Amino acid sequence: MATAELLVQLTHAAGQTNKVHGSPSPFVNRKIECAGPFFLSHARRILRGRTWSEDEKIEQAANFVATEETEEDDLGDEPEDPQILQHDPKEWKELDLYAALGLSKLRYKATEDQIRRAHRRKVLKHHPDKKAAQGAIDDDRFFKCLQKAFEVLMDPVKRKQFDSVDEGADVPPPENYNSKKLTDEEFIEGWGKFFEAEARFSKIQPVPMLGDMNSSKEEVEAFYKFWFNFDSWRSFEYLDEDVPDDSDNRDNKRHIEKKNKAARAKAKTEDVARLRSMVDAAFSKDPRMKKFRLEEKKEKERLKWEREAESRKAAEEAKKAAEEEAKRKEEEERKAKEQRESQKKNKEAAKNARKKSKRTIKAAAKDADFEVEVESLIEAMDDVQLSDSASKLSDAGDKKAAFVEIARGLVADGKIDASSFPKLLA
Amino acid sequence: MTEDISRTETPLEMPSIVGISFGNKTSSVAVVSRDGSIELIANQDGDRFIPSALSYLNDDEYHGSQALSQLVRNANNTVVNFRDFIGKEYAKIDPTHSARSAHPVESDSKVSYQINGETVSVDTISARHLTRIRDLAADYLGVPVTKAVVAVPSDFTDVQIQALHEIAKTIGLDILQTIKEPVAALIPYTFQSVHPSDKISLVLDIGASRTDGAVIAVRGGLMCILATAHSYDFGGSSLDDILVDFIAKEFEKKYKVDPKSEPRAVAKMYAEAENVKRALSASKTATISIESLASGYDFHMSINRLKFELLARKVFELFTSFADEVVAKSGLDSLQISEIVLAGGTSNIPKISTLLSAKFGELTTVVSPSTSIKAFNTSELIARGCAMQASWISALDADDIQEIMQPSVTVAAHTSKAIGVQLPDNELVVVVEQTTAVPIRKTVVLPGPADDGSVLVSIAEADTEIVSRKIEKPAPSENDDDDDDLDGFEDDEDEEIREIKVKSAASIADIVLEDVKGGSKIEIVINITSKLGMSIAARPVGSSSAVRLETECSLSQ
Repeated sequence: MATAELLVQLTHAAGQTNKVHGSPSPFVNRKIECAGPFFLSHARRILRGRTWSEDEKIEQAANFVATEETEEDDLGDEPEDPQILQHDPKEWKELDLYAALGLSKLRYKATEDQIRRAHRRKVLKHHPDKKAAQGAIDDDRFFKCLQKAFEVLMDPVKRKQFDSVDEGADVPPPENYNSKKLTDEEFIEGWGKFFEAEARFSKIQPVPMLGDMNSSKEEVEAFYKFWFNFDSWRSFEYLDEDVPDDSDNRDNKRHIEKKNKAARAKAKTEDVARLRSMVDAAFSKDPRMKKFRLEEKKEKERLKWEREAESRKAAEEAKKAAEEEAKRKEEEERKAKEQRESQKKNKEAAKNARKKSKRTIKAAAKDADFEVEVESLIEAMDDVQLSDSASKLSDAGDKKAAFVEIARGLVADGKIDASSFPKLLA
Repeated sequence: MTEDISRTETPLEMPSIVGISFGNKTSSVAVVSRDGSIELIANQDGDRFIPSALSYLNDDEYHGSQALSQLVRNANNTVVNFRDFIGKEYAKIDPTHSARSAHPVESDSKVSYQINGETVSVDTISARHLTRIRDLAADYLGVPVTKAVVAVPSDFTDVQIQALHEIAKTIGLDILQTIKEPVAALIPYTFQSVHPSDKISLVLDIGASRTDGAVIAVRGGLMCILATAHSYDFGGSSLDDILVDFIAKEFEKKYKVDPKSEPRAVAKMYAEAENVKRALSASKTATISIESLASGYDFHMSINRLKFELLARKVFELFTSFADEVVAKSGLDSLQISEIVLAGGTSNIPKISTLLSAKFGELTTVVSPSTSIKAFNTSELIARGCAMQASWISALDADDIQEIMQPSVTVAAHTSKAIGVQLPDNELVVVVEQTTAVPIRKTVVLPGPADDGSVLVSIAEADTEIVSRKIEKPAPSENDDDDDDLDGFEDDEDEEIREIKVKSAASIADIVLEDVKGGSKIEIVINITSKLGMSIAARPVGSSSAVRLETECSLSQ
């Protein structure tokens, strides 16, 4: 193409000036086939009335915004800790790898892309060549740390091991959570953060969160059920003591391996116990549980009240009925008594009257020889006859005739037998 | 049945849009997979090119190659070559290619078939065929297929396209867009690169029953059909006829029996001819083997590619002269055709590519599997193109598609002549090609003079001229244009060189750049808006100030 380029070289202007000589030949209307990505751009230009350059600018701006948003500095700008900068790369296990990459805010939440970008940013600043240019010779300590951090964090398995022991990501439970009584807000705030951080260890995702004071009973119960059965992937290999890589001392090697294994198991058990105790503490102090219990109790009472309303009504009615019954009985008794008493009085009066009548009759008969017969006559007479007879006898002058009349009356009534009174009815 | 169940159970994630090539002879369905590659979906028989055939035996329906094999025993209830009958009146159809299958009959002035004594309309047959195609795509994708882009021949009328839409609607398939077959065939090669180069392509679609040609200008990724031609007289089936004649003659020579007298034998010969034809595209020799062809005699024979090419020479010549015809129709010279894209099953035959490259010259690239290992199978081009188009419009809804298809968008002013920068020797560096749709913006960077001073940028319109001259030996090309179609063509026999020259005809504008450093490059931008305003700007590369001139263009009525 070199020769070709020479051939198409432009020339110097010789007397020409800027000038329009004419227009191109008339254009022809033709139909464009509605296919292909370029047709879509063409349609966009026509429909939105954009010129070529405008459209290009608008589309570019749209694309730029789209990429800018993703590349926007979500990493933040963290000041570098001089201690971390001076960290000994041999002691990398003690290093906070996220802080080294400037990701101490994101930590386990950092995506792979963010880690990659953070690493790149740090490397651009701390590469030994750059340092050398600034006069610091042979200071690649931090660079080595960076590489180690990148290596660990880009390996999903190693990253999990580091995340397991990453104290920087731990959130302490609320202060005095066990002794002092926390206010509702403190409880939700403090424990919410704690559980949110702990949730990163769950094998099951997503993890139910603490919620707030308005969470329903089901939510709170589901939360505690999940956390009481928490299945954690947290492991503690990262804290292992280095196993010596020498073949001459196999016993020592095995010993250390064994020790590591035991330490891991112990740490794991402790971690499970720790979380369990935390969940227990939160559960026992959860104001919402108290609220639910109170609500439940109230509800129970209300239900009981409702359930018992009917029997109570029935009992009341029964009581009322019983009272009325008693009253009625009393009244009756009173009436009966009164009756009895009047009867008794009457009886006594009748008795007295009879006695009086008898006495009168007897007195009338006293002198006559039919005294004995009168006795049985009296016996045969009732009260009325007695009083009648008595009044008759007291009035009568002829006592005997009166007696005979009485006796005949009695015989007529069939109350006595005439033969029984021979003297009187002779 | 199990297929149906699995389909209904699959959650409706995202409806996939498939590309369907619905041919007279074969159909294909393709989809752009998630990683951007294009998958041609095979049916249960493993065919990616599914014969457009349906056969009915008792209560069973056979589709694809299974239906095709029914042509031997159950020809009257087997329907083939029905695509072209869609939306056409019975009086206007050409039933030649249905001679050996169910015959089209008139019903309500439309085309129908008598299947097992019942009248079945071509719409029903097409609906069944599309259902089978759709279902196999749905089985492959695992999601229901409800949307498709379908290719139709460039001579399909609006009525026919409408009929196709309605047929698809009856089976719940929404045809988002129909694109023309030559355009679909051009898409896979054109949009492989992010910035497709400007070119003029001849798409030659040689199917079984018909041959279609189209000259398409590709400018800035926009395609514009310059000319189309159609021939219903020759195609792949003409080659089948030749092979059948050959088999019949050889058989008669040997056994003194004319196999053509027996319809079943004819069907067997056609089935075998197709296999042999296909085999000869892939290998140099093939065996013709038909059991019990006629009177109980078997027929075995081997045939090589050369023999076949000799037999079919006349048909091949028809193809090449057809290509010439299309180019002539477009008003262009064969030298201006930069690419020939071969599509359709018959184009797999290597001889067709060879003949075309010989005819069009070295600098016209013939794209077919026999000339380039990167080329796609010619049968799958259209389905691929449809699938690609489907993926591009997948983000649009029906209203958007309606909007972009309206004439205010699709009809645009095109340049009638190329516009470029004039060079000292009256040659022209083309910036905006002929037949370029506006709005357009094109940029070219040219080297300036070697020493300091002012630079002249002269913009002119081009005039193409075909010169043929006899010379002793081919001269080195004097063309410095980056465009292919401006180069020479050498004819070995009489050492005549036909070449195309681009000369500047009418000057449009001069721009003078003052005080340009020697050896610096000059950037020239030509921008034509949709309102036909034209601006020309030139500046030395790296400089921020440009000299700009404006002019108006006109539109011929």
